[in-house]
Amino acid sequence: METVIGLFNYWIVIVLMMAGFYIVIAQENMIKKMVGLSIFQVAVFVFYISMSNVFGGTAPIAAEGFTLYSNPLPHVLILTAIVVGVATTALGLALIVRIKEEFGTIEDDRIRDMEEHGEESEA
Amino acid sequence: MTPETLSQLAIAVPLIGSVFILLAGKWPNLRETVTLTTAVIMFITVVSITPAVLAGARPDVVLWEILPGLAIRLTIEPLGMLFGLVSSGLWIINSVYSIGYMRGNREAHQTRFYFFFAIALASAAGVAFSGNMLTLFIFYEILTLSTYPLVAHHGDPATMRSARTYVGILLSTSIGLLLFGMIWTWQATGTLDFKQGGILEGKVEGVMVAVLLALYMFGIGKAALMPVHRWLPAAMVAPTPVSALLHAVAVVKAGVFTVLKVVVYIFGYEFLAETSASDWLMIAAAGTLLFSSIVAMRKDNLKARLAYSTVSQLSYIVLGAALATAAGIVGGGMHLAMHAMGKITLFFCAGAIYTAAHKTEISQLNGIGRTMPITMGAFAVASLSIIGIPPLGGTWSKFHLMMGAAEADQIIYVAVFMLSSLLSAAYLIPVVTRAFLRPPDAKSMGAAATAESGIREAPLPCLIAICATAAGAFALFFYAGDIARLLEPITAN
Amino acid sequence: MIAANLPILHVIIPLIGAPLGLMFRRSPAGAWLLALIISWVTLADSLALLLIVSGGEAVSYEIGNWAAPWGIEYRVDMLAAYVIVIVSGIGAVTMLYARQSVEAEIPRDRIYLFYTMYLLTLSGLLGIATTGDTFNLFVFLEISSLSTYVMVSLGAERRALTAAFRYLVLGTVGATFYVIGVGLMYQMTGTLNMADLVDRLPEVAETRTILAAVAFLTVGIGLKLGLFPVHVWLPNAYTYAPSVVTAFLAATATKVAVYVLVRIYYTLFKGGVFETLPVDEILLALSIVAIIAMSAVAIFQTNVKRLLAYSSVAQIGYMLIGISLVTITGLTAGILHLFNHALMKGALFLALGCVFFRIRSVNVDDMAGLAKVMPWTMAAFVTGGLSLIGIPLTVGFVSKWYLILASLEKEWWLLAAAILFSSLLAVIYMWRVIEVAYFRERPAGAAAIGEAPLAMLVPMWMLVGANVYFGIDTDLTVGTARAAAELLMGG
Repeated sequence: METVIGLFNYWIVIVLMMAGFYIVIAQENMIKKMVGLSIFQVAVFVFYISMSNVFGGTAPIAAEGFTLYSNPLPHVLILTAIVVGVATTALGLALIVRIKEEFGTIEDDRIRDMEEHGEESEA
Repeated sequence: MTPETLSQLAIAVPLIGSVFILLAGKWPNLRETVTLTTAVIMFITVVSITPAVLAGARPDVVLWEILPGLAIRLTIEPLGMLFGLVSSGLWIINSVYSIGYMRGNREAHQTRFYFFFAIALASAAGVAFSGNMLTLFIFYEILTLSTYPLVAHHGDPATMRSARTYVGILLSTSIGLLLFGMIWTWQATGTLDFKQGGILEGKVEGVMVAVLLALYMFGIGKAALMPVHRWLPAAMVAPTPVSALLHAVAVVKAGVFTVLKVVVYIFGYEFLAETSASDWLMIAAAGTLLFSSIVAMRKDNLKARLAYSTVSQLSYIVLGAALATAAGIVGGGMHLAMHAMGKITLFFCAGAIYTAAHKTEISQLNGIGRTMPITMGAFAVASLSIIGIPPLGGTWSKFHLMMGAAEADQIIYVAVFMLSSLLSAAYLIPVVTRAFLRPPDAKSMGAAATAESGIREAPLPCLIAICATAAGAFALFFYAGDIARLLEPITAN
Repeated sequence: MIAANLPILHVIIPLIGAPLGLMFRRSPAGAWLLALIISWVTLADSLALLLIVSGGEAVSYEIGNWAAPWGIEYRVDMLAAYVIVIVSGIGAVTMLYARQSVEAEIPRDRIYLFYTMYLLTLSGLLGIATTGDTFNLFVFLEISSLSTYVMVSLGAERRALTAAFRYLVLGTVGATFYVIGVGLMYQMTGTLNMADLVDRLPEVAETRTILAAVAFLTVGIGLKLGLFPVHVWLPNAYTYAPSVVTAFLAATATKVAVYVLVRIYYTLFKGGVFETLPVDEILLALSIVAIIAMSAVAIFQTNVKRLLAYSSVAQIGYMLIGISLVTITGLTAGILHLFNHALMKGALFLALGCVFFRIRSVNVDDMAGLAKVMPWTMAAFVTGGLSLIGIPLTVGFVSKWYLILASLEKEWWLLAAAILFSSLLAVIYMWRVIEVAYFRERPAGAAAIGEAPLAMLVPMWMLVGANVYFGIDTDLTVGTARAAAELLMGG
């Protein structure tokens, strides 16, 4: 029980991570791929935050009456990582918009077909 | 000038010459003058080193250290001296011949031809004078790359296929096997310098000696040991002067020269004899020697026959080295010169026949001795030298080689040498008899040729070259002693 | 003041320069000039750094004066300086080359964006090599990657977009894996600083958490460096990116990723990682497959850029082989090849850039007879090719020499044979192109073209010259690589 409940957020992390990763691999729709990628990244964020928890500690804000704080460093790190993640998602979506303009679809398998048959013959 | 400076000069002269050839490309007469002048200066340079080397000096100069302990280094020892003399001397004659041939056949891209020719000669000189295996390897590769455009000269698909075979085999053997052997040697001994008595003794043991030797021998693709000989017949698509100087002299001799160098200065022939590591090589060389002679007999194309003859003759030298005796190695070195003189003449003749009568097959040569008596006369002389009949140069080298076999108690290889002489007679003499004794074949001469009568020789420059080398083959019979004296120090310890 | 800030200037200057690039919307030439000046200033800083650390002492810098465990430390040792010089050197040369090539391949109104992205990438790559903090490394990794995706997508063909997208997906997965690895290490040691990790990792090295961390880090960085078989993004990205981008990326991005791998294995774990996990054997096996299979695939490519891309995957295999031998010679060979491969691939891709500039194609068949009309470009291509094959007097030979020496030292004959065999495959794929360019006639009716402009030829030949120069004078490269390897193996 200890491993299931006590490490409950780590289990969540793993589930999220695998779910996200699976979407990235299995989905042909590029938007869905981006969603999967985001879930995958968020899982890592959760992992870092879980890691920073100190039993009995509070949020790391200096205040009267508290001596035990959670580790603030991972929070800061994840703040950075979130920014990176947002940038990645934005760029990915921007690329998808351009791909839609050029190919008329955002399904990866169809695009691959077009690339292999359509363009190879021109080239 | 000191011999050290001269040794660098001998490599630099053709390189500088090549630049001038490019610059003079628009004016054929000037360009050919540059080529000839370069060849003469190079020869003079090489000749002027000779007295010092004969006197026992070993000019040695370290040019540049590439890796720690590994330098570009030039050292002149007798074997390299001989190779340098042969290739630079024959370049002069070959240049004269080229002028006649290239103009007579109205070949394209002549500037490119002369340019790469000069580069090839510079790298041949580099091979000859290299002081360690790395330097030799570098020049060896430059030689391969610079002769590729010469082989691919005509540029049609068939030529390109052959040129691909040429460069493919030479590059892949050298990179795949020779380089491997070199790095292995370096790893085992910490040096790649050529040293009297070899560097490997005590560093490599047992069956590994034979394996390493195999890496070297098959890695030196230019020595055309079967089964890596295929590039040589393929190279015959090149214009004849290329076949003559490069694929009878500079390139192939660079190969067997490297074999001799490796056996004498890397392994040490006594070390090889002790370990019997070269036993397999004797068999391989003897096999190549006999088998390629048989193939040569079956070739109707004159240049192809000569090419296989070259493969066979190269194996004489490899076999001489494999015997690992003093006489065998001296004989190998002598044969390097003797065969060069004979084979270049034969190729010159083949080219002359092509230029004058546009014939490439032996079966078309009936009675050609009547229209081209000088060419075919020279052909006969050179054939006799290759076969080894006195008073021609080839006699002495074969004599030494057989002595070498006897010294090594390998009587069977004495027999191999004799049998092979018979075989070479069997593939060369019919060409001569056909040319002189059979009546001209009206059908094969074609409509245009039937009208002609009397002498119809190749252009004069070609003839001069042919006569010069034929005379050389004759003269070598009398100077063989000097060559042997030059070479003797390399077998001393 | 400048001396004290040397270890950070080369990162900061391009980072500040990037937004400045946005001001040159209407003036592509201005943006180019900005990028050019910044690249050369960066190079000067990098060379100064190399000079300082070549004594063997590492230089350390605390960002914002926060002391190491709390603040971010920048730390430049011999290896870092060496990689920094590679990146900024290639950057400087490609920028010199870039102006006309970029104008020909990227729409005029986006050129300023390209230079902005280039500066960001430069800053990111240099940051990776400079930082002594594992998480900061991730940030730089993403700065360089995100801007790289944009640069790839600027390619002329629409396939550049999909190439960039797929690169983005895999690149992000890789970076995230890296973060997971860093997190696991942090969990066990409580630090992100590399110097501290070095001290604290040995205690916990055998725990399952750290083993998992190593696995995540390896896969993550493997994705970034084009490790076979997770290289799938690389061929398309290299093929469809603008020529300048391909040259710059091929010569720098993968090298920096290899550097990170070396850092993790040899600095953080002091090589001890090979005892707990067989990563060296796995990398070695993958690399052997890479050098043979990818070279073989390269033979069948008709697009020369793609051909060289596959060749890059194979060449990365060489570096990884060197690293996974875990000997001083092996590591020297791997580090040496970082530099040498940057030179050869840089030169080759720049030559292809010239080809594309003139004939708007890099297909083998379209290059027929090109040597007649573009002799200098093709001569550069040939020299780069010979270097790739490993002909003596070029850098490729030096790399190969050390690599084979390293494998013979371990008496792994078959490995040496495999390396040589893959060189032979390189002969075949390079020769195909050379033969077509030199000995096939130009098709009748082909547009009359001339040699590439001088402004492109000169930088290209600078790299070609470096290929030959460092093939002859190996003091600097071998010396530095060896010293770095000894530090890594001994430290």
